[in-house]
Amino acid sequence: MSTPLPAGPSGIDTEIFFEAAREGRLLLRRSRLTGKAHWYPRPFCPDDGGETEWFEASGEAEIFSFTVVAGSEPYVVAYVTLAEGPRMLTAIVDCEPQALHVGQRLSLTWRETTNEGQPMPCFTPQS
Amino acid sequence: MKRKAYIVGAFEHPVRKSPDKSTAQLHAEAVAGALADAGLHRSEIDGYCCAGDTPGLGVLNMADYLGLRLRFFDSTDVGGSAYLILAARAAEAVEAGLCDVAVVAMAGRPRSEAMAQTLGSNPAQPDLPWERPYRMVIPASYAMVARRHMHEFGTTAEQLAWIKVAASEHAQHNPHAMLPKPVTVDDVLASPSVADPLRRLDCCVVSDGAAAIVIAEQGIARRTGRPLVRIIGAGQAARGTHGDELDLVSSGAVRSGAEAFARAGVTPADIRYASIYDSFTITVLVQLEDLGFCAKGEGGRFVADGALISGSGRLAVNTDGGGLCNNHPANRGGMIKILEAVRQLRGEAHPAVQLPDLSLALAHGTGGSLGGRHGSATLIMERE
Repeated sequence: MSTPLPAGPSGIDTEIFFEAAREGRLLLRRSRLTGKAHWYPRPFCPDDGGETEWFEASGEAEIFSFTVVAGSEPYVVAYVTLAEGPRMLTAIVDCEPQALHVGQRLSLTWRETTNEGQPMPCFTPQS
Repeated sequence: MKRKAYIVGAFEHPVRKSPDKSTAQLHAEAVAGALADAGLHRSEIDGYCCAGDTPGLGVLNMADYLGLRLRFFDSTDVGGSAYLILAARAAEAVEAGLCDVAVVAMAGRPRSEAMAQTLGSNPAQPDLPWERPYRMVIPASYAMVARRHMHEFGTTAEQLAWIKVAASEHAQHNPHAMLPKPVTVDDVLASPSVADPLRRLDCCVVSDGAAAIVIAEQGIARRTGRPLVRIIGAGQAARGTHGDELDLVSSGAVRSGAEAFARAGVTPADIRYASIYDSFTITVLVQLEDLGFCAKGEGGRFVADGALISGSGRLAVNTDGGGLCNNHPANRGGMIKILEAVRQLRGEAHPAVQLPDLSLALAHGTGGSLGGRHGSATLIMERE
């Protein structure tokens, strides 16, 4: 088992996301008006200000940029571009850090956090 | 007649490690130092600006500690860029007649207190549930900017290293610099990785310290007999992470710089000295491009081969040694950027790095995280 990630603070509007996360499904929010998705989830669209709705993402992404943070247990932080459009801060796990490259295709995976194992979306290189 | 405001006092506390003095005391010593530089008395202060490093609720607790009676105050906080914004606000307040003598001050002891290097602490911050688990320490954010810049434009680690080399060449002349020893490109490349592609020598120092400036109305300013340095153009911007705001290769300097240059009525070609925020080497490179000193993507070639070294280079940058070698008090370098620009304009920089006959200078700050949410602020200053 990998070390759990530190937990973020619990939000009062994040329950639906984490219910789906526990089932391995990544939810995003998109504008009801234009269908454009954004990250992180907001109850209004940061582009048009209108209402948004949840939908399930494909889990496909590619590396926009990344870094290996040095230390006794090095880890990979990355910005990835989701197939649905938004750019997302995340971690790349189950990988050979020296083999990562910008543009590399990734698949969704999950890591538990210290908040009762609540999962956070992470990515891993497609084989 | 239109009121004018001038920077007449500037003081950088010489301390770089302060285990025995409180942040409040360092802050007060910086205020006293800037007042002494201006030859003004503390009873003349009626404007006071400070940012998030200042202990207390906005200006209230430190204004009380200092014994100030204020007509104008501001505590806008956007990290390291805040002091450039506050300097512009203070000057505008003096020119608008809201106060006559304004002080902008800061202090912090991250070296003694081992201050946490993470951004965001209020649990109601809306992005925190979605980002904190990924442990994006500050160097990681800047490293991702460097990686993307290398990917898009072919920028190299050697080119970034030249920014540190230039800073160290300047720092050897600064008796207070935390890292006064010149280094080579090879030294930078041989230093251990922090968050690749950034190495230890790509990162600024962590120093205790304090600094302040005094801005006074024209009549008072003339009475001081100090050189008259005026902010002739200021710009600010806030960048987020949504949509094309997060391209990782450009910063808020695109907007803050354009606004400052337009207001000042000058162009980058008119600038021979620039204080450029240098939390990391990549910070300097991106901001030089965004401010218009070179085209986007050309920054690597622009900074290489000693181009930022005073005297021999094409643009003198951070002649005090910058955050990379001199000082980065409270993990916020913006005030120090103003100070070295003022020294250059007064002719009070070290003779080895002083530019002759300088009448225009630029200071630019970034606060927050370049590869994420950040504030940008640009000042263009003129000596009359």
